[in-house]
Amino acid sequence: MKLWRRLVCYARRRSPWLFHMNSGSCNGCDIELVAALTPRYDCEQLGVRLEGSPRHADILCITGPVTKNAVGAIRTVYGQVCGPKAVVAIGSCPATTNVFIDSRTLDGPLQKHVPVDVFVPGCPPRPDAIIQGVAKAAAILAERGMNPAETALAIATPTRGVDSFTEERP
Amino acid sequence: MNLITALARLLIFPGLLFAIPAAWFFLWVERKSVALMQGRVGPPFMQPFFDFVKLLSKTTPPRSGIAGALMRSWPLIALAAAAGAVGLLPVLPSSGGFEGDLILLLALLELPSMCIIAAGFSSRSIFGEIGSAREAALSVSYNIVFLLAILSIAASQHTFRLDALAALPSSPLRLLGILAIIVCLPAKLHLNPFSLPNAEQEIYAGPMTEYAGPELAMWELSHGLEWVAATGLVATLLAPHLGAWWLAALVFIALSFAIVLLLSAVAAATARLAIDTSVRFYWQCTLIFAVLAISSALFMRYRL
Repeated sequence: MKLWRRLVCYARRRSPWLFHMNSGSCNGCDIELVAALTPRYDCEQLGVRLEGSPRHADILCITGPVTKNAVGAIRTVYGQVCGPKAVVAIGSCPATTNVFIDSRTLDGPLQKHVPVDVFVPGCPPRPDAIIQGVAKAAAILAERGMNPAETALAIATPTRGVDSFTEERP
Repeated sequence: MNLITALARLLIFPGLLFAIPAAWFFLWVERKSVALMQGRVGPPFMQPFFDFVKLLSKTTPPRSGIAGALMRSWPLIALAAAAGAVGLLPVLPSSGGFEGDLILLLALLELPSMCIIAAGFSSRSIFGEIGSAREAALSVSYNIVFLLAILSIAASQHTFRLDALAALPSSPLRLLGILAIIVCLPAKLHLNPFSLPNAEQEIYAGPMTEYAGPELAMWELSHGLEWVAATGLVATLLAPHLGAWWLAALVFIALSFAIVLLLSAVAAATARLAIDTSVRFYWQCTLIFAVLAISSALFMRYRL
């Protein structure tokens, strides 16, 4: 049983699957995330795969300063990612709302709505920084696997419906 | 053949004990060779295994009722069918029983694709339904060519037993049939020119959109086993008849590997075709060769 747990932790660190979500970004960070998959940076060496469906993903990568329209979508998608999961905020926008601060169309920063594990600052951040952030998030996932209490918590989160999650975080 | 040999074939070689690592290996070869052709380094050797273990340890969303039970059972049926198809391959010389029965093998090879169609519809996701509809349209078009090619091989050699077919010397007609089968394989394995059913950036993950965790792991594994079974079918038809069992096994593995490389090269070099182009490709371009093959097979059969 202990061996299986160690194997699972190792596998989690070696196979982070990403789901990319844009919450009103200017597309600058989005193309940098895609650049991380290209031959020059090639993050598939770390086992990273950009998945089409949030159900398949381990790590939710969110770009953009969180517009009011995007809040519902972020909560829904966060609920759809199955546990254990981690969130990476890519760029300065989701961390601080950046130059758009005090805009009436925003409801940021991201941490108001979902728990963020890794921030990758920059406007936009370089692909190497994004890869480092994803690798850190994968290590956090593996650590969650080592700690049974945290695993239980992480497993409990997605099994609750999306609505109950939004009730918990008004 | 007694029960112990049959079980050994189903569970050891070419059954599960060989087929599951081979499935992971083929999935890795596909990803790695595509990466190399794109000038990347690609995933590490153990990647499909790590993906599998990680998916097993993830949670699944709660599913209730009959729809939930169906959704959980489709990947298991697909996995069982693909594993059975691999177990039926007559790699080793002596045989008997069900082994090498071409009709059963074709049915088992077709079952995963049926399960994918059903899974997409029972997931009730709009992307899954579109993916399933595409898979159904594609399956109708490539299966005609696939079945006609296999029929032409069987009709020219007067047998529906794969082991008897493998033992017979190859003829130009048979090579034509094998070529038609290879043309159908990218569509059967959802590889690039015909990767419509799971087209990313269009319909997310197609029929798999709602699947997560262990269920998705079962789909990945059954996809890998489909790789082993489909390339193994071509390899048994291509392989020369050899006396020594270890030589037969070695040639089988080498030929399967070569076919995986060929299919990956095609996948890396091509872009995804639209549904009408794919269907037209099979119905207009490839069907002619299949009809030619089967008509000449029947002609030769009555002439002889």
